[in-house]
Amino acid sequence: MNAPFEGIGASVRRKEDLRFISGRGNYTDDINRPGQTHMVIKRSDRPHARIISIDASAALAAPGVVAVYTGDDFANIGGLPCGWQIHNKDGSPMVEPKHPVIAHGKVRHVGDPIAVVIAETKQQAKNAAELLVIDLEDLPSIATTTDALKPGAPIVHDEAAGNLCYDWHLGDADAVAAAFATAHKVVTLDLENNRLIPNAMEPRVALGDYDRHTGDYTLFTTSQNPHVIRLLMGAFVLGLPEHKLRVVAPDVGGGFGSKIYHYAEEAIVTWAAGKLGRPVKWTAERSESFMSDAHGRDHVSTAQMAVDKDGKFLALKVHTLANMGAYLSTFAPAVPTYLYATLLAGTYTTPVIYVEVKAVFTNTVPVDAYRGAGRPEATFLLERLVDAIALDMGMDRVEIRRKNFIPRDAFPYQTPVALQYDSGDYFATLDAALKSADYAGFPARKAAAAAQGKLRGIGVSTYLEACGIAPSKVVGSLGARAGLYEVANVRVHPTGSISVFTGTHSHGQGHETTFAQLVSDQLGVPLSQVDIVHGDTGKIPFGMGTYGSRSLAVGGSAMVKAMDKIIAKGKKIAAHLMEASPEDIEFKNGVFSVAGTDKQKTLGEIALTAYVPHNYPIETLEPGLDETAFYDPANFTFPGGCHICEVEIDPETGVVAIVNFNAVDDVGRVVNPMIVEGQVQGGVAQGIGQALLENAAYDASGQLLSGSFMDYTMLRADDLTNITVGTENTMCTHNPLGSKGCGEVGAIGSPPAVINAVCDALNIRHMNMPATAEKVWSIINGRAAG
Amino acid sequence: MYDFAYQKPATLAAAVAALGAEDAKAMSGGMTLIPVLKQRLNKPSVVVDLSGLGLSGITVTDSAVVIGAMTTHITVANSGEVKRAIPALAALAGLIGDKEVRHRGTIGGSLANNDPAADYPAAVLALGATITTSKRSIAADDYFQGMFTTVLEADEVITSVSFPIPAKAAYVKFKNPASRYAMVGVFVAKGPSGVRVAITGAGQGGVFRHAGFEAALAANWSADALRGVATSADDLNSDIHASAEYRAHLCGVIAQRAVKAAG
Ligand SMILES: Cc1cc2nc3c(=O)[nH]c(=O)nc-3n(C[C@H](O)[C@H](O)[C@H](O)COP(=O)(O)OP(=O)(O)OC[C@H]3O[C@@H](n4cnc5c(N)ncnc54)[C@H](O)[C@@H]3O)c2cc1C
Repeated sequence: MNAPFEGIGASVRRKEDLRFISGRGNYTDDINRPGQTHMVIKRSDRPHARIISIDASAALAAPGVVAVYTGDDFANIGGLPCGWQIHNKDGSPMVEPKHPVIAHGKVRHVGDPIAVVIAETKQQAKNAAELLVIDLEDLPSIATTTDALKPGAPIVHDEAAGNLCYDWHLGDADAVAAAFATAHKVVTLDLENNRLIPNAMEPRVALGDYDRHTGDYTLFTTSQNPHVIRLLMGAFVLGLPEHKLRVVAPDVGGGFGSKIYHYAEEAIVTWAAGKLGRPVKWTAERSESFMSDAHGRDHVSTAQMAVDKDGKFLALKVHTLANMGAYLSTFAPAVPTYLYATLLAGTYTTPVIYVEVKAVFTNTVPVDAYRGAGRPEATFLLERLVDAIALDMGMDRVEIRRKNFIPRDAFPYQTPVALQYDSGDYFATLDAALKSADYAGFPARKAAAAAQGKLRGIGVSTYLEACGIAPSKVVGSLGARAGLYEVANVRVHPTGSISVFTGTHSHGQGHETTFAQLVSDQLGVPLSQVDIVHGDTGKIPFGMGTYGSRSLAVGGSAMVKAMDKIIAKGKKIAAHLMEASPEDIEFKNGVFSVAGTDKQKTLGEIALTAYVPHNYPIETLEPGLDETAFYDPANFTFPGGCHICEVEIDPETGVVAIVNFNAVDDVGRVVNPMIVEGQVQGGVAQGIGQALLENAAYDASGQLLSGSFMDYTMLRADDLTNITVGTENTMCTHNPLGSKGCGEVGAIGSPPAVINAVCDALNIRHMNMPATAEKVWSIINGRAAG
Repeated sequence: MYDFAYQKPATLAAAVAALGAEDAKAMSGGMTLIPVLKQRLNKPSVVVDLSGLGLSGITVTDSAVVIGAMTTHITVANSGEVKRAIPALAALAGLIGDKEVRHRGTIGGSLANNDPAADYPAAVLALGATITTSKRSIAADDYFQGMFTTVLEADEVITSVSFPIPAKAAYVKFKNPASRYAMVGVFVAKGPSGVRVAITGAGQGGVFRHAGFEAALAANWSADALRGVATSADDLNSDIHASAEYRAHLCGVIAQRAVKAAG
């Protein structure tokens, strides 16, 4: 009987889904510890205020209350650390104000924790929280990105004069100025990238536990990278050594970046568990998620491209203001710099580029990486700018792209903004997408729509992204305070079943399937014999977690290396058993054989021999079949592709309907086509959400206006059409799998495709996201500028 | 939620008596009440569950559709009798919230709550329905008193709603993209009491009748008759989703679509 193929390239069903869809997932909120207490957080409802006094006496006297903690209790404990340091133009480091675990002295955004109440039940904690008497004195506040640097603006941190966090740049200002001076034309576009709230389906949860016998702490948390949390919280906040602190991130219901960071609640429950000798649990309510999960995007930019008379790009200049919010979240400073400015060559041969980025503090929730992180902002800017250039030059939007594409034979390609692309074929993805979208048939569809009184538009985005984060040396030189390799431990058990311990973390991506397919492919065992273990620092080796579309390219590569070691050792054992030389042993489909003979041993037989080494080369070989490998990539990976969106607008109401969406991406080697399709569709859906619906709206003072699903428009299935996904893959040249990554491409490539389509339908040069019905209607009726 | 007592009376009289207690609160589907309790925006002494009173059910006569207060939205949406007698009403019920909400939410709860963006108030007002309570019968025109406000007294329970069957009617809902409540919902009807047009979602004071549209349609029942009939933005809502001007514009567009749908 032939076993079904389950290796690389098979669309096998996701192993984890039965557990998820039948209610058997083990999420952090499902975990309860004996003697557990419950924590409720009193958060600021003011954007900016001085804390005059907190009287907790009534709360402490309330039934069931175990403790109340305020900023005073954490005054001598480290603040929440930032993992990345950016330097100003003059070489000085960015301003890095302390981010207190609980606000101390001042609150700086709506949602900033002021006090926590811990009680026997959540209900009692909530009751007592209402008895806290908190005296706040309002301070002038600021929320709008473009107002933060204005003279006289209210100051968020005394140490950050003028609210400036850093003033950074990249590229060659002189060369750009010279090119601008002589260019045929300079095309300018002002644009904004709207602030988003991630809204993972599972809200954040943290449960701290302390073992009085051993002095060991355990934190159960909704995290994308438990080892990083252990390091940041243990070393920088609480001063707990690693061997006394275990961080478990079990099933996690979506992250999209928002669960990368070390959050205050994690530190509070862990610290309090030790202090009280009892477990302490906190579960976010949805309204807390809106005001305490790191937000995404929030850029305001001016982009200028110098072009020659044929539309060839000569020089690009970009100025960006990036809103950091009230404090620096873990990755925040890297997002508008190294994850953004370095991407501004895109798929084009623009020879010189200069980017200036000013990051500012405001009285808003901290902003950090959100699916795509910096790359969607760069892509939106560039792909909108290209359409504006085509319009200003009277050129075809597709042809101007082709004209400026990096040629097929130019790889490896060094951009003027630090990155070196290893592979890609932008012509192939463009052509495939044009075909899939029936681009040629668009004029007829537009005419048919016009006959129905509808405005149809089509938009193209030919994007590139850098992911597979990342080479440690490179990120270290760019200011990262951590290495970004990955690790895998492949443990072949005595009877041949396999556990793989990975430092990456799955929170919806399907790693338990994709990684098992790698093992099935390389070691020739059925998927059912493979388990992927992740999310527990007590089990897995020190790895860096999942974000930046890195798990397969970096973590998967570590697995391949570890399995190479397993095979190499297995060959030595097989050689001993079959009395051959190790060079003559071949390994295929899970079987070791002596070349040119019918002698063979299965992987299971070899494993058993390794663990029961009675007949074993014990003098020269250690027992066991258990190998660990670390993999630090030589470069980023560079997925790219073409997204084409077709919209139809109802001019009477301004409603934009997505009528066609075609994505053709280059993601390198595909392990599971079904999972890739799902990842791209999910990313595109989020991109469409940003382009049409989502907006974290603040009033000028910093009150969050879109603080619930009644007001924050999450995209729903009926806002979409079918998203057709294709691939035209070129292989990554520097990792053993050839894979590039697919987790973020959808969210990166799609927003400009949507807005380009809307602008095409409306016959306008630009509009900012989200293209809500009212905004579109106002443009149609001349009430707002396009 | 704050702690509260819970009662499930078996008779209307017992329910009314229970609601006489200070800060007592009736509960039907709980779709609005429970979220409000969870957010601690309300602190009832006792929650009086109305589901034991036998108040659900639909009766259709030659001239009216009578719907029991506890009848769920899904029941109305799926009712063959309602679909035959007043298809616009069944269609409206099918547009409320999501499937889960439609399976719990009730017509009585919706009308007692009188959310300014709820759908049923538009039908009640445009069809000139009569609301029957434990105390009296109330004409639609007298019932709504501004957003989240009605003439209901604290211990008054809605028992049923009677909708006269119109010659023509339709409801078109322009959804708020986030909440999916009505940003502008227009119910047009030509019935025993003439032409009536009710608009929900748009007004600061909740559902209202549009005199300009009614006059135009009474003279000429056609979408074209509404062209050029202005809607003042003065008393309309303005929020992050839509300005008063945009809502005023939508009133016209959606009303025209409703007239077209009504035929
Ligand atoms: C996610 C969501 C989406 C929704 N979307 C929509 C929508 O698109 N359109 C829409 O119109 N509605 C919508 N709703 C509201 C919903 O459809 C219900 O109609 C509404 O919540 C009230 O009905 P209920 O039976 O749940 O009342 P309850 O929540 O039980 O009660 C609401 C109020 O009415 C009082 N009350 C209840 N019954 C009576 C009675 N018989 N007599 C006197 N007082 C009474 C209660 O004391 C309470 O104050 C939505 C609700 C949710 C949760």
